[in-house]
Amino acid sequence: MAQEQIEEYIETIFDLESRDGTAKTTAIAKCLNVAPASVTEVLKSLSDKGFVEYEPYRGATLTEEGKKIADTIKRKHRLLEVFLTDVLKLNHEKVHDEACRMEHTISEETENALCRMMKAPARCPHGSPISPCNRSVGSCAECDAIVREEIPVMASLRDKKIIPITELGPEQNGKIAFIRGDCKIVQRLSDLGLTLGTVVSLLRKTPMGGPVEIAVRRTHLALDHAIAENIFVEPPKAGNS
Amino acid sequence: MSGCKECKGCSKGNESGIKNADYTIALAGNANVGKSAIFNQLTGVDQIIGNWPGKTVERAEGLLLHSGKRIRVIDLPGIYSFSTYSMEELVSRDFIALEHPDAVINVIDASALERNLFFTIQLLELAPPMLIAVNQIDLAEKKGIAIDTKKLSSLLGIPVVPTVAIRGKGIPALTDAITSIMQDHPVPPALHYGKEIEERIGKIVSGLGTVTTPYPVRWTAIKLLERDPAIQRIIGEQDTSVVETADNLAKEIESLHGEPVCVVMSAERYQVADRIAAEVVTVRPAEKGPQKKSLTDKLDQIALHPFLGYLAVIAVIGGLLVWTFLIGAQVSAFLASFLSQFEQYEPVITGPLMDILWNGAFTGFVAGVTLIIPYVLPFYILLAVIEDSGYLTRISMMLDRGMHKLGLHGKAIIPLILGYGCNVPAIYSCRIMETPKQKTLAAFLVTLVPCTARTVVILGLVAAFVNIWWALALYAFDILLILVVGRIAFKAVPGESVGLIMEMPDYHVPSISVVLKQTWTRTKSLIWIVFPAYIIGSALIQAFYAAGLLDPVNALLAPVTVLWLGLPAVIGITLIFGIVRKELTILTLAVIFHTTNFGTIMSPVQLIVLALVSMLYIPCISVILVLASEFGWRKALAISATEIIMAIAIGGIAFRVLSLVM
Repeated sequence: MAQEQIEEYIETIFDLESRDGTAKTTAIAKCLNVAPASVTEVLKSLSDKGFVEYEPYRGATLTEEGKKIADTIKRKHRLLEVFLTDVLKLNHEKVHDEACRMEHTISEETENALCRMMKAPARCPHGSPISPCNRSVGSCAECDAIVREEIPVMASLRDKKIIPITELGPEQNGKIAFIRGDCKIVQRLSDLGLTLGTVVSLLRKTPMGGPVEIAVRRTHLALDHAIAENIFVEPPKAGNS
Repeated sequence: MSGCKECKGCSKGNESGIKNADYTIALAGNANVGKSAIFNQLTGVDQIIGNWPGKTVERAEGLLLHSGKRIRVIDLPGIYSFSTYSMEELVSRDFIALEHPDAVINVIDASALERNLFFTIQLLELAPPMLIAVNQIDLAEKKGIAIDTKKLSSLLGIPVVPTVAIRGKGIPALTDAITSIMQDHPVPPALHYGKEIEERIGKIVSGLGTVTTPYPVRWTAIKLLERDPAIQRIIGEQDTSVVETADNLAKEIESLHGEPVCVVMSAERYQVADRIAAEVVTVRPAEKGPQKKSLTDKLDQIALHPFLGYLAVIAVIGGLLVWTFLIGAQVSAFLASFLSQFEQYEPVITGPLMDILWNGAFTGFVAGVTLIIPYVLPFYILLAVIEDSGYLTRISMMLDRGMHKLGLHGKAIIPLILGYGCNVPAIYSCRIMETPKQKTLAAFLVTLVPCTARTVVILGLVAAFVNIWWALALYAFDILLILVVGRIAFKAVPGESVGLIMEMPDYHVPSISVVLKQTWTRTKSLIWIVFPAYIIGSALIQAFYAAGLLDPVNALLAPVTVLWLGLPAVIGITLIFGIVRKELTILTLAVIFHTTNFGTIMSPVQLIVLALVSMLYIPCISVILVLASEFGWRKALAISATEIIMAIAIGGIAFRVLSLVM
């Protein structure tokens, strides 16, 4: 099976799963415009490869491995959308289909170059969040410096999963692992005590993407939602809230 | 006032700073640590609030008399760092480095020692003679946090005094410590960072050998290492090689740590702060059983609740507006009628010149009194209470989302609300915004908010002689206009806008003395602008009119007033009177037409158009003066011109559209 086909299936399952909880064969067939019988076949093969959990009649869900692939494709897709809209000035409606075709062919290097060129955007033109890259950097400035060959590349991939601070549960702690954005904001945040490795917790969010309140070093801070979702933390281990 | 106990003999007058001081000391520290409470304890009522030269940053200065010495106390803005993030940070570091105060008192919050020590460490880099006041030590104790101030003092090598400034605890000990520091000027010992940082600081220090700088050498070296643009420029003018060396050393640090050098330095300082805090802070372990929620947590469950929180905001803002329209208006009317016993409070435009001048000056005086006492004073008190209690930050957080539509953030709601009472204090309050762009933008929008005087015009012309719905429609239109103009101005005004990053302090009961003194000092600075403007402006315009100088103006304005706006020719004069204070428009109209029944002399369309134009056409003279003092004449005139053009354009369109429908 072609890599492109695998990725297209995984992406579809990811979308359906986040919408319905599980991806039903008929729903996948409808989305990809193929016969249900061939969907069943592909799902079996994806299941053998360890990308999905598949139960006949109940539908498919992604495994951790599958989710990683979906995450990477989504990131490439949305970065491409930003690039097509902001740089090539393509029509807003067209960028989704264009990005759908391009996302399977670009390498990780291109993906990260796009990210740097577009100054690490947090959202795609349609407003969906773009996940951070999986390089083990603490800030975007570090990524830039690696490219300028000012600092040697260290352990190249991040070994732990990171999530934006806005996705922490109530009374959960996380250690700051990565802050996305320009140097001035990073500087301001570190002045207020948000340095790498500091433990922070989410106190509350306000409706409609308003500011969030966080606790850090015995103080409380209100942060614009757009700033907060660029602060990534290592979430606590499961069961340890 | 009770504050006079400490201050023996107040100096008089309104000079721009304390004169003949023997010593100068400065208060520095984070926001919300009780710095102004300490400032009030030290200086009593005698304070001068102004701006730092050329900056929209508030400068508070007071006088402390201690053992026969006159000590000038400067309250520096509350900041978290000495980077160049904001104007406040630049102003503070330049004051300490260049004006060499005899002592710097670093006020720190006992409950959040690490974050406060982070700033202390940066102060120590500047190496002024300094000491620390660990404030709000009682609140920290309630949270189970105890601080060993003696140990802190020996670790940092500078005096440390525990205080509870709101209750005056520790203030005598603080004054004693200040006196000895002031006289001896001890240089605090430098704190040392990691080896790889210190080595490089040392290299830059030796490279700075021949360069002369007004800043301390070690500090200059650290700032060069951090690539501080202001310091790079100053040193670069004398010696570019040391700047380049520092830049290369910074690159080395970046390759060691993989982080931008400024972030590495922040992390280094926090490491030192954490180490010191770990040695001096003991936290009592939380008691067993269910965790007791603090008062702040409980209040925030309401204040920041997705539904109740908005209700609370509406209640507080509604309360402020009710105050303006009900209580303030009645007090204002009472004062006006009381003062009219002494002299006619309506423009007199015939008779001997002295009478006209006197009447003009008196009208201006009444306008000032009826503005400041009922509206401005209570507003300042309420604002100070909201500010000092910590609730202001909650309002800002709740309204942040909506304010983004105007390119501003949550804090901007305060100037806009204040504008409903009087634009003058509202424009002053724009200082709470962060960037110059946001300050200008907020001030511009404030001038479009219908203040009490404009409300009088709308009610007196439209609600009285057309109907209340048209009056409300004018209000609604104004809010819409603020939204539209705000969006446009956000795009047009150059400069940057930053997202909300704001500390959320614990709630506390506002200190009466802090509230009263803040209100008084702010009102005092206002009186010096509004009263002269009203009195002189009002007298002059009346004299000009009596001398027949305004008639040509009237004729000159006719193409606009008569042809374009469809108003009677005589409106030209009333609009000119309105520049002094907006409700003089109505008073002048009454004098000229010898009637207060405006329904008989103008059609409903004319009344609506006149109210609309009066609402928008220009900020009154006091507002123009305040805009000029805060933002310079260029911006003040630009805002005035924009509004004149906008009012004429909108008025003319309204005249034509309304003529069709009414």
